Amino acid sequence: MTEWIVDLLPLALLGGVLGLDVVCFPQAMVSRPLVAATAAGAFVGQPMQGLMIGVTLELIALETLPFGASRYLEWGSAAVVGGALFSDSAPNTAGGMTTAVLGATATAWAGSYSMVRLRELNARWARARLPRLERGSGRTVIGLQVAGLTADLVRGGLLTFAALAVLRPLARLAISDWGTSPAASRAFVTGVAATVAAAAAWKIFHSTAGARWFFLGGIAAGLSLLALR
Amino acid sequence: MTATATAPRAAAPGDVRPLPATVWLAMYLRLLAIQGSWNYETLLGNGIGFCTEPALRLLPGGRGGEAYRAALARQSRYFNAHPYLAAVAVGALARVELEGQPAARIERFRTALCGPLGSVGDRLVWAGWLPLCSLVALAAFGLGAGPGLVVGSFLVLYNAGHLALRAWGLTVGWRRGTSVAAALANPVLRQGPQHIARAAALIGGFALPLALYRAIGVGRVMAGGVLLAVVVGAILVARLHGRVDGWRLALGALGAFVIYSVVRHG
Repeated sequence: MTEWIVDLLPLALLGGVLGLDVVCFPQAMVSRPLVAATAAGAFVGQPMQGLMIGVTLELIALETLPFGASRYLEWGSAAVVGGALFSDSAPNTAGGMTTAVLGATATAWAGSYSMVRLRELNARWARARLPRLERGSGRTVIGLQVAGLTADLVRGGLLTFAALAVLRPLARLAISDWGTSPAASRAFVTGVAATVAAAAAWKIFHSTAGARWFFLGGIAAGLSLLALR
Repeated sequence: MTATATAPRAAAPGDVRPLPATVWLAMYLRLLAIQGSWNYETLLGNGIGFCTEPALRLLPGGRGGEAYRAALARQSRYFNAHPYLAAVAVGALARVELEGQPAARIERFRTALCGPLGSVGDRLVWAGWLPLCSLVALAAFGLGAGPGLVVGSFLVLYNAGHLALRAWGLTVGWRRGTSVAAALANPVLRQGPQHIARAAALIGGFALPLALYRAIGVGRVMAGGVLLAVVVGAILVARLHGRVDGWRLALGALGAFVIYSVVRHG
């Protein structure tokens, strides 16, 4: 039991730090799945596996950009979960990537709810200190900022810990009873991710004059390069 | 050099000394945590107060003085902007406070800053620079780059733009004060999103098939069929635009596939 907790704690800490980057600090996009999953993979000695799932999650994340006050998926902690889950099994294990991507996306969804709760908590804290804020208390302004940052760090850490605690055994169980070939499993999950990415790219660029032709030209160039290989 | 010793009195409007380097740096570093207490009531408000606070110590009476407290209370109220371009507001608001402008005028100026800084930032960064950098990294991956190069290229490229934008915003906000609206007419902000969108479209088109081909790994024997399915699926998802999120469809499809694979084995 203790060993199990000790095993998860470093990953939970990493999830907390990378979850903090999504909104609060420093928004340097170390929380993007490409970076966060690779970091998680490297953390457990499998950077290439981390990169593979990071790329797959990044394809899905292209659709969920952090616009304004909208509710969006929290990929920082989620990608750590995905990277850790995928690094648990050998690279070509049937179902390894499928369960990891499913687990990471579900965690990102849960993460978006946890961010909403945190923002409500921040509002409660600010409301309770309104008289002091109206008096221009520097200590209160700084205190609220530090409290929000700390709470977000804890939120990301707890989310990563809970997700790994629940999803790791479930993923192992699913993989041990997996009935689809490694090739079909991998083709399905990457195909689904690429579908989301292609639709997202179209959604982002199609309203810019000429961009659709650049997109189609890029696809032609990419497919030509593949054909030449 | 202490901040309070640098400018112990408010300047006349339009006559403000250069911001001391240590104060500029403190404000810049605080900008990285501007959304630390983001909430649904005051949004970025407390963050603006937090970031302008080092400059407000330069007001008459210094930290804790009457002018400092009045200005900090004003700056910590509701505010909304893109987190990177909020630097423009932080610089400009710090300047008008140190100029000793009337409170009502500062509040009107503060309100007027909200809208443009949100929409310009969203188009430039979230819908432009971020997807572009992500797609460049995916292209690097598709061309065979390893973890260090893929992650490094993304982080260096993205943060060159990110950190420069925050630094520019703080500097131009401070320099221009109430005339900062003219800075938002900068060609990079006005035309940049369109150029970035075209570049991202080109790189995106190039990167997606290559990244898919590499990520598919052992499934490569099915690559042709998967590519065709992706094209058809993407058209369908794009046509559903606004009615359903692609990630929700992905979550459902993957969940169903996991159940199918486990049941099939049993």
